[in-house]
Amino acid sequence: MTTLEVRPEVVEPKAAATRSRKRRPSAIARQDRIGFLYVAPFFVHFVLFGALPIVFTTGLAFFNVDWSTYYDFLDRHNFQALKDAWVGMRNFDELWSDPYFWLALKNTFSIWAISTIPQLIMAFGLAMLLANPKLRGSSFWRTLLMVPNITSVLAVAIVFQQIFGRDFGLINVGLHYVNVGPIEWINERLPSHVAIATMINWRWLGYNSLILLSAILAIPRELYESAAIDGASRVKTVWYVTIPQLRNTITFMLIMGTIGGLGLFVEPLTYGGGLDGGANSQFLTLTLYLFKELNQNERLGYAAAIGVGITIVVIIISALNFLITRRIASEDSR
Amino acid sequence: MTLVSNLPTGADVAVPSPETPSQTHGKRKRRGRVSPLTYTVLSFMAFISIFPFYWMYVVASNGSDVISKIPPSLTPGPHFGEVFSRIINADTTNHWMFLHAILNTFEVSAIIAISNVFFSALAGFALAKLRVPGKKNMLTFIVGTMMMPAQLGVIFMYMVMTWLNWISSYKALIIPALVGAFGVFWMRQLIDSQVPNELLEAARIDGASSFRTFSRIVFPAIRPAAFVLGLFSFLGTWNDYLWPSLVLQDPRKYTVQVAITQLSNSYTVDYQAIMGAALLGTAPLLVLFIFVGRRLVAGVMEGAVKG
Repeated sequence: MTTLEVRPEVVEPKAAATRSRKRRPSAIARQDRIGFLYVAPFFVHFVLFGALPIVFTTGLAFFNVDWSTYYDFLDRHNFQALKDAWVGMRNFDELWSDPYFWLALKNTFSIWAISTIPQLIMAFGLAMLLANPKLRGSSFWRTLLMVPNITSVLAVAIVFQQIFGRDFGLINVGLHYVNVGPIEWINERLPSHVAIATMINWRWLGYNSLILLSAILAIPRELYESAAIDGASRVKTVWYVTIPQLRNTITFMLIMGTIGGLGLFVEPLTYGGGLDGGANSQFLTLTLYLFKELNQNERLGYAAAIGVGITIVVIIISALNFLITRRIASEDSR
Repeated sequence: MTLVSNLPTGADVAVPSPETPSQTHGKRKRRGRVSPLTYTVLSFMAFISIFPFYWMYVVASNGSDVISKIPPSLTPGPHFGEVFSRIINADTTNHWMFLHAILNTFEVSAIIAISNVFFSALAGFALAKLRVPGKKNMLTFIVGTMMMPAQLGVIFMYMVMTWLNWISSYKALIIPALVGAFGVFWMRQLIDSQVPNELLEAARIDGASSFRTFSRIVFPAIRPAAFVLGLFSFLGTWNDYLWPSLVLQDPRKYTVQVAITQLSNSYTVDYQAIMGAALLGTAPLLVLFIFVGRRLVAGVMEGAVKG
């Protein structure tokens, strides 16, 4: 959506520049060409630290290398060892039939769903409360809601791990007084997903309410006025005016949430105290599995294949998202 | 959103600050009063936002016996000093490791923040206001890179760091983070909408070089947003755990987040020390937040309207 919005704005400076070019051609052209120099740091940096690592990691997925082979290659330029390490598509074949990969994919999506959907609904509710112009101390509330977002994921995971503790954690102690539990927040699959999703929700709920709030405040007043003239009820106004206007923002939040969700690592690492994702891999996520293969099992090539797998999942979801959004948009214009 | 982008970009049209549109909504909402339920919900959410910090202090300041009983103590205890000295002396060969880590992290985060702001604003200026051939495509490309998952590149980056001998060097943290797509995109959007072309025209006619135009006119005009970008970058570096934990292996070079996890490496889990360390590692950000929280909120909301 961002690119769509950009276009009309780009035109104007261009027109302005053309106008002034008539006056002082050479100097202006030189000034504009210097722009390449200004964008160069970003692009050079991106090629070195963004694009090349991705290309080479993808290449690495066709090898079977451990750390000692890699160091040997660095120290003695042992190309033969590298040739021997070539395995072709074998890493991908293994990945396709690897139950842990599919388990990690399922876990990742389960945690993603438990964190994203309730969070979106709660963030929308909070944003509607905050959008009330008669609300007192609105700046105070907005600022307070932002506090969790500045906290490190690690600190969040540490404190929630304690709160979700089996025997003395606050949640189970609280449940004990209403005769529920104790719930196995770590050892059972769904509860552990709920606990990890809670960490994500706590950190991002306020931030996402602010994003939604800002989109709600930007909805043109005329739309509400015409809804009022048509005699729409409050609920109908929210459903037919507010929510459709937030479609871009919600899509953006979903895409960002998916990318963040597929990168989920520190929370399950801290929560389970290791790269296993719990005793039965009950909260093993994709990224956790990647680093388990990389650091614990020293399978660099296989870890790279997992990375490629994650990227393919991201591409599929982004494409689906794009198609769905476009379809809704074209239905609207009909 | 569409209304906003159709407005002519000129000096006379102010960019809608988060507060302005809310006033235009007045008519609609004037009917009802704010119900007490609204304040109850908001207070509850505020409580939830603050409680984990309070809880870190409660656990850290109570003895483990007080925390490991039913019901556990819900109020701070008298032992925070002891826990503090346990954290400080956790590494017997490297006293004050934790406080060193805080200073180290501050330095690294500040360098990355400044570099991000400078390069992002410069590239944003070129993409918004200069006639760079192909800049539309560049912009599309930059937005596209924001969608790429970072995990894939990390493996090879880590291998490169060992090849360059940058393990346990801050170069491994700083250099890959000098500039990012998010910052460039955000600065481009802001400069495009907040810096009037008339001002740049005038500078050109006066014969100012484009860098001078950038440093004297463009940058001062977007300073508040640049500050927020710097803040985000600072927070991101401060809070990062995955990459520093891979590349920093020398305890003297640990950043705060890595230092926190080192406290749990012993065979018994010292909850008090870990919670205390998590709190100490967050405290500088909380203090910073007291001063800049409102600007951070304004920045988040402003970025949202544009993007």
